[in-house]
Amino acid sequence: MYHINELLNSDNTLKPSFVAMKESDDYTINIGPQHPATHGVLHLVITLNGETIKKVDPDLGFIHRSIEKMCESLSYRQYIYVTSRMDYLSSHINNHACALLVEKALQVEVPERAQYIRVIMDELTRIASHLLWWGAMAMDMGAFTPYFYAFRERELLTEIMEDTCGARLTMNYMVPGGVMHDPHETFVHRVSKEFLPLLKSKLHEYEELVTGNIIFQNRVNGVGLLTYEDAISYGCSGPTARASGVHCDIRKLYPYDVYNKVQFEEVIETAGDSMARYMVRMNEIKQSISIIEQLINNIPEGDFQAKTKAVLKLPKGEFYQRVETARGELGVFVVSEGGTTPYRIKFRSPGFSNLSCLDHITKGSKIGDLVASMGTLDLVIPDIDR
Amino acid sequence: MYIVDYIKEVASAVKSLATGMKLTGYYFTHPKEIITQEYPDNRATLKMADRFKGEVIMPHDENNEHACTGCTSCELACPNGSIKVITKFEVNAEGKKKKAVDQHIYHLDMCTMCNLCIEACPTDAIKMANTFEHSVPDRNMLIKRLNNNGSKIREGVE
Repeated sequence: MYHINELLNSDNTLKPSFVAMKESDDYTINIGPQHPATHGVLHLVITLNGETIKKVDPDLGFIHRSIEKMCESLSYRQYIYVTSRMDYLSSHINNHACALLVEKALQVEVPERAQYIRVIMDELTRIASHLLWWGAMAMDMGAFTPYFYAFRERELLTEIMEDTCGARLTMNYMVPGGVMHDPHETFVHRVSKEFLPLLKSKLHEYEELVTGNIIFQNRVNGVGLLTYEDAISYGCSGPTARASGVHCDIRKLYPYDVYNKVQFEEVIETAGDSMARYMVRMNEIKQSISIIEQLINNIPEGDFQAKTKAVLKLPKGEFYQRVETARGELGVFVVSEGGTTPYRIKFRSPGFSNLSCLDHITKGSKIGDLVASMGTLDLVIPDIDR
Repeated sequence: MYIVDYIKEVASAVKSLATGMKLTGYYFTHPKEIITQEYPDNRATLKMADRFKGEVIMPHDENNEHACTGCTSCELACPNGSIKVITKFEVNAEGKKKKAVDQHIYHLDMCTMCNLCIEACPTDAIKMANTFEHSVPDRNMLIKRLNNNGSKIREGVE
């Protein structure tokens, strides 16, 4: 038997090598894990030279709940509810991805009524997510009032969700084969007659308060520059990549449910800075409004749920399904061995890839710009850690 | 020319700030448009949505009868083990042994209100109530027994 030191000292073995994270005279500060500007338990170790950022090291894992491992012991009906807890601001869309995967594997035909409801719900969630992002990002930059303006509109949206789904944030509304309940009888009226006119009448307030504000513009114009090539090589997706000119809207590229029947534009900006990311999200709210307007009065009659077996068994094989969440591309990958639970499950979450470009886009900028870049990346930490 | 540009920039900056302040001033002078409700004060008028998922209950009728057959479908459907159904064998009038629910234990402290147990129940014996004030001084008080004392299954429910 060898002693560990003998092994390490012999010439034939691999030597452990140590790379210092910082030089000895570097000055580091920590943002988080408990910091309001990170919107969660994200820990950033920032190496500084004066006030200039040399390096940003995200330290993850503070809210890791091993959702992927948990899903291996849950059935194909049960694993959907856990995904609401990943990206809790687009929980409907996460559930949608999981439900689509099971339907794809079992080749279940989803009733058209359910498809319409799902897409309307997805877009309402996207609006709610972007509204919350807008308020929270303005709060990061020192403007506290927009937070309340955003929550005023979002409150009506959560009430609509509460009426139909029974919950305000983690709805668990999508099930394999359709949706859990028929929409509430007031659903169509509240969305088309109350919510959409209210939101459209308030959109100009957002422009007046934040978009046109000179302080805000000076803080985001040209800050956190992400080029087209870098956006692709870091695997960015969603509004973050679209602000750099990348065509990556899954709703356009790989349409699911009724997205191929509605007319909408893929919002593209080419500047790649924080202002472009801001404008993409603000314009996406308008596109979501237009999608809902096309669908809300044309929901066909019929079943809201296809008949499925009580116990779902996926055939042996590998399955992948992607959707466009409010933050980017969410991919669900399932390896099935033919049983009632997945053998292995992997979520490709948009937040993790979008965070990876943070070090690149903030290198050489001032520490105040870090908050502006981080705010417009729209990070949700439970989505990054899972 | 530099001076003119500078003055123009300052003017547009002041204008953009004034536009924002005008909006803030509008809401400052129109307090009726503020929609904040203060929760404990509005308890009398607060109405929760019908479908709001607050807790799982088992409705009993006036004869203290419920519809639960003790089939444990809800226990199997629950993703985090919040439900435990303890069954017993009852001898009915014809002398046959029949499975029935003895205790339907529900852990409100573990429940995530995912509604899967209600979907799984074949006899609609359990449902979601829209109560929401669940705070108690001790965690053990959140472990509930859903079937009443001395209750039995309703006639005709299989």
